[in-house]
Amino acid sequence: MTSERQQDNDTAAAPVLTVRGLRTQVATPRGPKIVVDGLDLDLHPGEVLCIAGESGSGKSMTSLSIMGLLPQPMARVVGGSVTLDGRELVGLGERQMRALRGAEISMIFQEPMTSLNPVLTIGRQITEAIEAHRPLGRAEARTRAIQALEAVRIPEAARRLTQYPHELSGGMRQRVMIAMAMACGPKVLIADEPTTALDVTIQAQILELMRDLRRDSNTAIILITHDMGVVAEMADRVIVMNQGRVVESGPVLDIFERPQAAYTRDLLAAVPRLGANAGRDGPARGQPGRPAEAAPAAPPAEPAPVVRVRDLTVRFDITGGLLQRVVNRVHAVEGVSFDLTPGETLAIVGESGCGKSTTGKALMNLIPWQGEIVIDGTATHGLSRRAMRPVRRHIQMVFQDPYASLDPRMTVGELVAEPLVIHGLASGRELDDRVAELFRRVRLEPEQRHRYPHEFSGGQRQRVCIARALGLSPRVIVADESVSALDVSVQAQVLDLMQELQDELGLSYLFISHDMAVVEQISHRVAVMYMGRIVEIGRRRDVFDTPRHAYTQKLLQAVPLPDPRNRRDHFRKLDGEIPSPVRPLDYAPPPQYFMDVGPGHRVAADPLGAAP
Amino acid sequence: MSVLGELVRRKLALFGLVVITVVVGAALLSPWITPYPPDQQMFDGLTLEGAPLPPSAQFWLGTDLLGRDLLSRLIEGARTSLVIGVVANGAAVFIGTLVGVTAGFFGGWIGTILMRATDLMMAFPALLLAIVLAALFTPSLWIVALVIAMVNWVQVARVIYTETRSLSERDFIEAEWGIGAGRGRILVRHMIPHLVSIMVVWGTLGIATTVLLEATLSYLGVGVQPPTPSWGNIIFENQTYFTSAPWLVFFPGIAIILLALSFNLVGDALRDILDPTQKGRH
Repeated sequence: MTSERQQDNDTAAAPVLTVRGLRTQVATPRGPKIVVDGLDLDLHPGEVLCIAGESGSGKSMTSLSIMGLLPQPMARVVGGSVTLDGRELVGLGERQMRALRGAEISMIFQEPMTSLNPVLTIGRQITEAIEAHRPLGRAEARTRAIQALEAVRIPEAARRLTQYPHELSGGMRQRVMIAMAMACGPKVLIADEPTTALDVTIQAQILELMRDLRRDSNTAIILITHDMGVVAEMADRVIVMNQGRVVESGPVLDIFERPQAAYTRDLLAAVPRLGANAGRDGPARGQPGRPAEAAPAAPPAEPAPVVRVRDLTVRFDITGGLLQRVVNRVHAVEGVSFDLTPGETLAIVGESGCGKSTTGKALMNLIPWQGEIVIDGTATHGLSRRAMRPVRRHIQMVFQDPYASLDPRMTVGELVAEPLVIHGLASGRELDDRVAELFRRVRLEPEQRHRYPHEFSGGQRQRVCIARALGLSPRVIVADESVSALDVSVQAQVLDLMQELQDELGLSYLFISHDMAVVEQISHRVAVMYMGRIVEIGRRRDVFDTPRHAYTQKLLQAVPLPDPRNRRDHFRKLDGEIPSPVRPLDYAPPPQYFMDVGPGHRVAADPLGAAP
Repeated sequence: MSVLGELVRRKLALFGLVVITVVVGAALLSPWITPYPPDQQMFDGLTLEGAPLPPSAQFWLGTDLLGRDLLSRLIEGARTSLVIGVVANGAAVFIGTLVGVTAGFFGGWIGTILMRATDLMMAFPALLLAIVLAALFTPSLWIVALVIAMVNWVQVARVIYTETRSLSERDFIEAEWGIGAGRGRILVRHMIPHLVSIMVVWGTLGIATTVLLEATLSYLGVGVQPPTPSWGNIIFENQTYFTSAPWLVFFPGIAIILLALSFNLVGDALRDILDPTQKGRH
């Protein structure tokens, strides 16, 4: 690391990309709006510059402005200059820009699936990118493509050329995107949230890859991200943006250890830190970042569980062929058992496809499932919708995307009132009062209840969803990635609200999340899921401080820490992909055995344990 | 603000509203406002050689091959075309929505049967079907309207079905099940409002095509029977004389386009007004 930084200083004299006073304007229904306002940056060869900021900070607009890829005709650069290797890019014609893009300056995007053409082979897409800039024959282009894939460590590169994007996993697709972007050896690579859509172990692999590319080819990288952990792992220098303006910029250590601007300090304070709650029982209370108060320890000893799950199994049929017969089955959840006690937060963590969301939906009876679920004394298996209705007063759900889970054609007041109306709990004047009370409870102005969801910010919408769930005075709330889509500062506020409601109302949360740092902060107990099964469950302190299962250890290792002094070089150990839970019809899941390794701390000793 | 108030506030929608009002008014008042009886063949309506007259002070829009006043026939024909365009097309949208929503929302074997039936109807040439149906019943205005509705609901059903299926997958519908909402509430309060925009688009876009379909049927002799005029059959009667007497095709053509356009403008505006996320964005 030190030698690399030294090298940066040596080359500091000649930046490869210089931006001065960049101003970008977007036409909105309410007139033109400046979304990037006076941005300056210098990017040196072999340097990683992170542009960090929350949604609406203008970080993506900055990259699109540099690439000349602003959405036409709504957005345009209205001032400033962008020079790449001494060449001015602002005002360059589309034809000239196109010659530079991919050859001199490349970009990769957040969604590797949507940025690849689904009907062309990987090989066709990479050779296309090469042939567009280099006068190479077919065979030569193909050789180059194989080299490009090998450079991003894709195994069996030659065979991959004939595959289509859907045959590859998300992490592989992002590697292909990087291979395409790097195929012509650009001087600058702009990566816009390249790992946001990926699981944390895959994210670690991609970050490691980008570090290597930087070292091997001396490519300068602009990494745009909202994740301060990624910034700390990757950046040499950092630019913090807010509302189109640069708030602060400087070397990564200065930004993290001596932030000058109040905004940067708040942003860093709001970031949940893995390990911040180590050595303590129970969840952290109070503002994250500040020393946690003595948190209430685990709830009173062994009260009757409010939710009891035994041997929960969910399988989805995959039909195919002419007759639409069942050909395969997805074993989404396989023999999961746990209890949730009153006033407790049980977190279910795992990567995409591990069955954590499916478990939540099964609790809500939104999908067909096998096994036993008892909610507040009522067994819910096979209950009709009508019979399930009274049970729903005890268990409610808050979804990941608050905008998608609110009917856009209803006012938020109507939406919050709806559960009360459906269950006949209030009407007329009383209903109005109850709704106003619920709004106050989640700290929204009751006067805002005649507005529609799109008029609110993400955090406010999630508060509406929480108010809606609270209306029925449930004992349990299933929170499915409920804060994942929110900016960190808003995320912290919503988490605070959830903890406060738990203290006041004695709510139990089933907190489904992929974010280990958030889980560490909020939960009493943690269940780690892998391939549809729980592989480790126990008190949060035990699972985080002394993880026993290989997969739990791997998951904890992969989380980028917002601490640039603690960069990890062991990312490379995290090779491998998550296997597919799609099984043939006659597949019989192997039995699973648990070992008790501490009070309430159980670890699977199954054959799966060896795999990850 | 009321929906009507919002409509009037938008210039284009207001234009559409005015045209529709004029056409509807003319259709209702036609016995009293036509300059001549629409079926009357006038001796001075033809040149000495027996050719139709171009527009003049006496016959504002000219006369047709039989010496009848074109303006009078257009006004009378507005009745037919409105019934066909609005009633027949409205019925098609209604049937299509009913079938599409039922199949999409309830699914199961009912859905399968309904959608297979729809596909079958789609595979069958619409015109042929219309001819068969029209031949079975004695053609009258209402029978023709019914026939057109029977033929045209299919596309609507298909589109509504697809949209219903994709709506069912949306998070907020799942959230509704989660709070314990019943089928009726989800259907009426949360699905139908999202389908209205499609219904409005079909309800307005379909008018022009229905009017033309009626014209085609008239041309084949199974539409509205002469001498009852409709905008469509005026065009078809006279299309061969397009070069020598262009006004005979031009004016009814303009009438159809104006009416269809007006419905489209009003429909577009209605869709925006009914969608709260579009507020203040037009």
